[in-house]
Formats: sequence, structure tokens, C-alpha cells
Amino acid sequence: MSKAALDRLVEHLRDGVISTHAHRGDETAVIDRSLIRSACLWLRDTEGLEFNMLSDLTAVDYYTMGREPRFEVVYHLHSLTLKQRLRVKVGVPEEDPVVDTVCDIWQVANWCEREVWDLYGIRFKDHPDMRRILMYEEFDGHPLRKDYPKDKRQPLYRRPQHEIDEALAGRPGSGHRPGFGPRNLLES
Amino acid sequence: MYGSDRLRSVSAPELDEGMPTEEMVLNVGPSHPATHGTVHIKLWLDGEQVTGAQVNVGYLHRGFEKECEAHTYGENFPYTDRLNYVSPMLNNVGYALAVEKLLGVEAPERAQYIRMIVGELARLCDHLTYSAAQVAEMGAFTPFFYAIKARDFLWDILEEISGARLTHSYVRIGGVAADMPDGWVERTLATLVQVETVIKEIDTLMTRNRIFMDRMQNVAVFSKEEAISHGWTGPCLRGSGVDYDVRKDYPYLFYDRLDFEVPIGTAGDNMDRYLVRMEEMRQSISMIKQCFDQIPEGDYQLHDPRITIPPKQQSYNTIEGLINHFKIVVDGIEVPAGEAYTYIEGGNGELGFYIVSDGTGRPLKCRCRPPCFMLMTALEKLLVGHMIADLVPTFDTLNMIGGECDR
Amino acid sequence: MGLEATTGRLADAVAWARKYSLFTYPFATACCAMEYMSLMGPRYDVARYGAEFPRFSPRQADMLLVVGTITERQAPVLKRIYDQICEPKWVVSFGVCASSGGFYQNYTTLPGIDHVIPVDVYIPGCPPRPEQVLDALVMLQDKIQRHDGYSQRMIELEKREAQMKKKKKHGSSTETSA
Repeated sequence: MSKAALDRLVEHLRDGVISTHAHRGDETAVIDRSLIRSACLWLRDTEGLEFNMLSDLTAVDYYTMGREPRFEVVYHLHSLTLKQRLRVKVGVPEEDPVVDTVCDIWQVANWCEREVWDLYGIRFKDHPDMRRILMYEEFDGHPLRKDYPKDKRQPLYRRPQHEIDEALAGRPGSGHRPGFGPRNLLES
Repeated sequence: MYGSDRLRSVSAPELDEGMPTEEMVLNVGPSHPATHGTVHIKLWLDGEQVTGAQVNVGYLHRGFEKECEAHTYGENFPYTDRLNYVSPMLNNVGYALAVEKLLGVEAPERAQYIRMIVGELARLCDHLTYSAAQVAEMGAFTPFFYAIKARDFLWDILEEISGARLTHSYVRIGGVAADMPDGWVERTLATLVQVETVIKEIDTLMTRNRIFMDRMQNVAVFSKEEAISHGWTGPCLRGSGVDYDVRKDYPYLFYDRLDFEVPIGTAGDNMDRYLVRMEEMRQSISMIKQCFDQIPEGDYQLHDPRITIPPKQQSYNTIEGLINHFKIVVDGIEVPAGEAYTYIEGGNGELGFYIVSDGTGRPLKCRCRPPCFMLMTALEKLLVGHMIADLVPTFDTLNMIGGECDR
Repeated sequence: MGLEATTGRLADAVAWARKYSLFTYPFATACCAMEYMSLMGPRYDVARYGAEFPRFSPRQADMLLVVGTITERQAPVLKRIYDQICEPKWVVSFGVCASSGGFYQNYTTLPGIDHVIPVDVYIPGCPPRPEQVLDALVMLQDKIQRHDGYSQRMIELEKREAQMKKKKKHGSSTETSA
């Protein structure tokens, strides 16, 4: 990570930077949500910064910590030419979960933003193809939100219930296993 | 279009126009023999030429992050194993480094060397599996058997040190689970000789094979700029001619003490991505040998009651040891609140772990930066303009691993 | 009686032929596929049991090997592949994820493929060692020799038989009471 890059970003955005920290040596800037596009473009194209690669794009849900705003979208930037890194974050409130897209700045953001929409329900404005990517279209809700129960399944297909019951009765460890040992034809 | 070239020599003008074709949509997958892992590719075809492609991933989304959030830091190792299941040790190492960064501790020197050794062994397994799948799906089955044979040798070695053939869960926070067994170094060195022979055999069988060259060279060329924009890392990025290897540029563990070279491609086609991996295997073997020369004596684990469980003797015989063991197993290691991102050179590229802690024994967020997810973003572009038969080698060189891509 | 003996032996001979030439359809999704590759490889050599030939067309296969985690999104795909396999067919659930969901108990994984298709042999292990898979294969061969199996048509047939017997019993009891 790079201290110099963070200082230049703070200098450039001034009031747009909400807070900064360098916990464990990772320079981080939390910036205003409306500035993310212009900031990213500036970070990519300015000489001496040249963050030409978006290493990672993800989101965090702070619901259990009760923090406001609830979500944060996290951008890990990387400059291959200058070998420096920077983490940029924007806060996203629950009631208006929209962030400007950066997928024309870095192509990889296209799928990453789709993933964040899929798992966290944060929309990206002007994204060309805002579909689910990991879950199926029929899925209701956004599974990585903290208020989505971990084991709430939404099946696409199930066998009829009596068949499942028969199959479960034959599970290993339940005593009887279908098909093992000679089958008594007369009994059935 | 070499078909039309051949027709031209017949000198019949009506043949030059080719067959009349109309657009056809073809679905490849989700279960297709030539795609290891489940992925759905929708192709728009003009004759045999691909005019458009849409890649749908996510068929193996297993909820890695949700599971991690529900388990303690120590319990998450088995889940990381199953991300990139071809090189589980590397995932273990990456995750352990992330948690250690957040804790602000460092494993003992010996443990770090062991991590490097097992990591490079895992990389060998990864690249061997890649070459096996690559050639088998292109129709050459013999090298597949060679590569699997070599991988089984390596798995024997890894099984000896970790207890499992494939899903090792060997690395711990603050060190590794156990020291190297007696005689393991010698046996590993002997195995590496065998593996080296197999790599040479695959090389002689495949690399200069005419059919192989025809299908790999100048197919799916990807430029430097695009590769960077698509977030490519690892062998694929190096195949496109960018000099970026985490081990060289941001040395972690003790990679700065090793002497190794990073192979860089020139054309950015399928062949370069294959050649880079073949060369990396040779480099890995040399790295493991260097590690064995340099490895110091000492502890293989930290002795910190907050982080590592006490030795068995203590947890069985003393009340402090028992309580310590209980606390770490039930409540987990208490990681101070904060966030950290670490990245290592995984099998497919920069394998990152971004962990956010809220100060409890379970992570608030445990994100894996999947290198092959980033690689797959480019597949749609790579396929367009090529023949349908080029799909298989191109898809294979990206080495998509379902568990990592979809998590 | 002579005819019965002949037909009985013929069925046995067919079963014997079937059990040594299982054409597998590996529905390989996840980690277990790595062990499946080892199983195919030179050391464990599944060819010794006559099941070395992976057919990637369900129409040509008679053993469906479900290798790895099946997610909710894959369940309809798996069902469709199973339906496409011609009778007689057998299903082997390779690994604990396919058998019960394993340690993935969350919103996206299927809690065992028997929620979608019937299964003949379950193999535990995460992933199972190739020896375990060979053991399962031998179990399946025994099963085939016994003319046993849990293909859909079998289940249907059994149900019909059971219903017919119940009716018969019911009918006979009413007759006696009357």
C-alpha cells in the first residue's frame, strides 16, 4: 500500500474524503459516494498514481455492528507500473443502495459489480448488464446480507415428498440401507 | 478462414462465396465434457465462427463467505481448502497470512519455510492438473495419465505431512499443524526427481506436437492493456507479457531469499499461457530445493495462548491448558477489530483475502479475491472471431476452477 | 421348469455382462473431480473393474457418478441428465457433498442429491479416497448381479406391485368375511 498516494488523494478531494486510516499498513480512504467515479478516473489517469488495475471490488454489511451507513463498497486498487496499492471505500445507506459504476474504467468491475448486486443488493448506476451472476434469477433476496438466514434455501426442483422421505430413511447411519443385503421380494 | 483459402485454388468463383449460413445459438454446458467444472457458455455462431458469446458462471456457488461468517477463524481452514481445490495449500497459506496480518503476529521462521515448501508443491499439483486437463480435453489422453501419475506422487508427499490427499487444512494461524516428518525431505527430493522426469515427458509429447501447436498458437490473443483492465494476474497475465508476480514484486514469507525467474510470454496467446505454466513448474522445483537448503531449526508454531492451542500434553494434564484449548476451539481466536487485505501468488494468480473483523472470534466478512473469476471476465472477448473448436483450448488455458470462481 | 431355469440364467448372464461394463457419466462439479481424475489415473486404474470409459452423453451411459457439490442452481440440470439416461441406470453419489450436502449447510447447496434423484450407493469422505470409490463400485456390481437397483422405473414397478398385493389381500379378506 502507499502513503504518498493516499496523501495525494486527500489533497485532491479535500472535503470529499470522509476519513482515512492505515490499519496494519493498508492505506484506506473512505470517500463521498457521489465522487467515486471521478475519483477512480483520476486515480487511474494521473501520473504518479497510475492505478491501472482494479484488484478487487466487494461490499461489506455492517448490520450486526449497527453502523451507519449499513453497507460499504470496497475497491482495492493496484498500480502495476508503480507497484503501489490503495483501498478506497464508499458508504452506502440501506434505503438508497446505489453507487455509480466503474466498469468502463476497469473492465473487470462489470462482473464484480454484478456479484455485489447479487449477494448484497447494491445497485450500480449505468451498469450495462445488471443481472445476477452467482445465484439464479428466481432467487429472492440477497444472501450475504446479514439478515438473510444462512440456511434458507429456495429450491428450484425437488422430488415428491414421499420419495424424499423414503430416500432419507435409507441414508447411511439410519439403520436400513436400500439395496444392501439380499432384498426379500416376498416382503414387498 | 483457412477453408476458403483452400477453395480458392479450385478457381470456381461461386465456391468463393462459401456456404450460405444463418445465425445459430449454441449452448455449451453447464455439463459439458470439455469444460472441467460447470459453466454455461452461450455461443452465437455464423457457420463455425463465433460471433458472440455469453458466459454464465455461478453453478458452484457454495456460500463460502456465509459459511466463514458463521465459523471461527480456525474452523475456516477447511472452507479455504475447497476454494481452489487443485492447490489447497496455497489457499491455506493465504488465509492464514490474512488473519495473522490482522492479529499483527508473524509465524516462526521454520513455519514460514514449511509454508513455502508446501505452497510450491501445491503449485506443482495445480499446473500438472492444468496440463492434464488441457491436453486431455484437446484429445491427447496419454499425457493426462503421465500428469496424474506425477500428481499422485506429490499427493503422497503432501499426505505424509498433512494427513490428507487433497484437502489438507495443514496450515494454522501462527504456524503449521505439525513439523515435517522424519525423512520427509529426502523422500520429497526423490519425488521431485520423478516429477521433473514427467514434466520433461509431457513437454516432449506435447509442446512441439504439430496439432497442439496449431490449436494453441495465435489463438485467443489478449493484449497487455486489456489483460490489465480485466484484472488478470498470474500465469495468464504473464503470458500476455506483463511482468507481475506477487512473489517477486511484493515478497511475502521468504520469497525474497530465493533465487528464481519469472517467465514472461510475448504473444499473449494460448501457447504462451501454457509455456509460462510449464516453466513455472521447473522454477517451483528449484525453489523447493532452495528452501530445503535454507530451512532453519526451530518451532513450527507460535506459542501464544491467545492464538495457538497448547500442546496435547498440556491440554490433557493442566487446567490452564484445558481452558485455553476450550476457549480457542469454542470461542475462536479473538481478532482485534479492523480490516486487512493480503495477497499471495496462487495457482491462477493473485489470491487475495480481505477480512473484516468486529473483534469477535468470527469474521464479519471474509472475502476471497478469486483469480480465475477475473480471468473468466475476459472469456467472452477471447472467443469472438474464433472457430468453435478454439473454445476448448482457450477455456482450458484460463484454468477455471469452479470452487474458486464461484466460491 | 426347464424354461424358467434358462431364463433365470440368462438374466444372470445379462447382469454379469452389465456389471463389468459400466459406462459412467461423471457429473463432475467440484473438488471430488480431482479424486475422480486420480481414480481414472494409472495408480488406481478403474479400468480393472470395467468402468473406465466415461461417456459424456447421458444417452450412452448407464451409471451416473455425481462427483462433487450440487447446488440448488444445478439441481434441475442434474435431474434432466438423470432423466436422459436410458434404463437400466444406477446412481453413485461420490463424496459427502453429493450425499448430504456435507459441511456446506447454507442457502445455496442441495442437502443431498437424493432430494432430486434416487441414489444407489453413497460414498462418504470429503473427498473419498479412490479405494473407497472402488469399494463402492464393487458394491454396485454386487447390486447389479442381484438385479437390484433404485432406478425410477424400479421404484414405480415396486409400488405398483405393492398396491396390487394390497388390493388382493383386501379383496381376499372381504371374500372370506362375506
